[in-house]
Amino acid sequence: MLLIDCPHCGPRDENEFHYGGQAGIACPTGDVTDEQWAAYVFMRDNPKGWFHERWFHVHGCRTWFTVERHTVTHEIRKP
Amino acid sequence: MTHPDFLWRNPEPRPAYDVVIVGGGGHGLATAYYLAKNHGLTNVAVLERGWLAGGNMARNTTIIRSNYLWDESAAIYEHSLKLWEGLSDELDYDLQFSQRGVLNLAHNLSDVREGRRRVNANRLNGVDAEWLDADEVKKFCPIINVSDRARYPVMGATLQRRGGIAKHDHVAWALARQADACGVDLIQGCEVTGFELTGNRVTAVETSRGRIAAGKVALAAAGHTSVLAERAGIRLPLQSHPLQALVSELLEPVLDCVVMSNAVHVYVSQAHKGELVMGAGIDAYNSYGQRGGVHVIEAQMAAALELFPVFSRVRVLRTWAGIVDVSPDASPIIGPTPVDGLYVNAGWGTGGFKATPGAGWVYADTLAHDRPHPLAQPYALDRFTTGALIDEHGAAAVAH
Repeated sequence: MLLIDCPHCGPRDENEFHYGGQAGIACPTGDVTDEQWAAYVFMRDNPKGWFHERWFHVHGCRTWFTVERHTVTHEIRKP
Repeated sequence: MTHPDFLWRNPEPRPAYDVVIVGGGGHGLATAYYLAKNHGLTNVAVLERGWLAGGNMARNTTIIRSNYLWDESAAIYEHSLKLWEGLSDELDYDLQFSQRGVLNLAHNLSDVREGRRRVNANRLNGVDAEWLDADEVKKFCPIINVSDRARYPVMGATLQRRGGIAKHDHVAWALARQADACGVDLIQGCEVTGFELTGNRVTAVETSRGRIAAGKVALAAAGHTSVLAERAGIRLPLQSHPLQALVSELLEPVLDCVVMSNAVHVYVSQAHKGELVMGAGIDAYNSYGQRGGVHVIEAQMAAALELFPVFSRVRVLRTWAGIVDVSPDASPIIGPTPVDGLYVNAGWGTGGFKATPGAGWVYADTLAHDRPHPLAQPYALDRFTTGALIDEHGAAAVAH
């Protein structure tokens, strides 16, 4: 189980959180092609290494926040 | 069990092949086998970073079924199941393929409606399916707790009698032996580190054992597909997650069918040797770490004990995880990529084992003819742009 540092509540067990996937996905604006929309909805990075991702403290303060985590070692560092 | 290296040669890579398959798991080996058998293509190499079938092929829960909701899914999984039914004879190897029946439990009214709908859909697609009420479930699998006081009461189940399990190692070894006998080079300890492109066409792979020229390159790397695709300069809509499973200590025969519960993320069968084999849902986060959180196992065990109180004193022998590549609609991606000559077979997520022969069959056909096999056509990469999804997430929940 991961120990995740909630910015409001401090380090808490992973099962208090909900995973939100890759961070920094912006909704495209203006004239959007099907390809751009598909990329926004479906395409995410899937790196073997450091990854910026969203977590939601669903069973706590309900804050959404970003952490940087390594997808092999599971080590978490502050972004 | 020891790896039977005597069943295949261990050749040095040659400088060039017509087809290079990246990934020596079940799908890669099946693809190589059917390339040779169905299409006479034997100038083929399977490149495996580790050892043959040491990834998800060694880590799955070996469940085989074809009772999928959507037409496209039923077609490809039923094709696969029909191949399973003749595979031991064809490969001349006892795969311990056992059609002992697969139950998918319903725990609430919407599960019941969904299950009945699926039985009808399956029958329309020529897939055997039956609906059992709670009493019939009890008769079919006496150790299930069907009391209405259970945390997850059993209100019925779908049953596919032709579903079952097989011995995963035997499947890989049998396919490897036959592919090797046809002249396919199975090259272990050979990691693909890059792709050589001429214009927009792939012409060679760079590997830890040198450059290998290739007429076509076929990815069959499951959880590591994204890593490889990135080296070829393309992005795929895949996310890699740990999927955990476990086995118990060896028991006397106690469970003679496969029981799955999508709602509570448990699936269990008893292997021929005697251990209970149980799978969970995926861990939520992206990972290549081949391990997951204990709380996922704990939640799964809690649900399993509600369903099977008789297991309460059974001890867990070991747990493990494989890395599964999950696509947005939980259906595979099979076919050409934006790079000419580079093909992908990925996104099988949590359900790839049952598809081993079927996926190999359609992937080999796709490679041999430079166009998607009819069963693979709906699984093209462009479905995420056109919107023609095959949404088995909704239809099959997570575990499938």
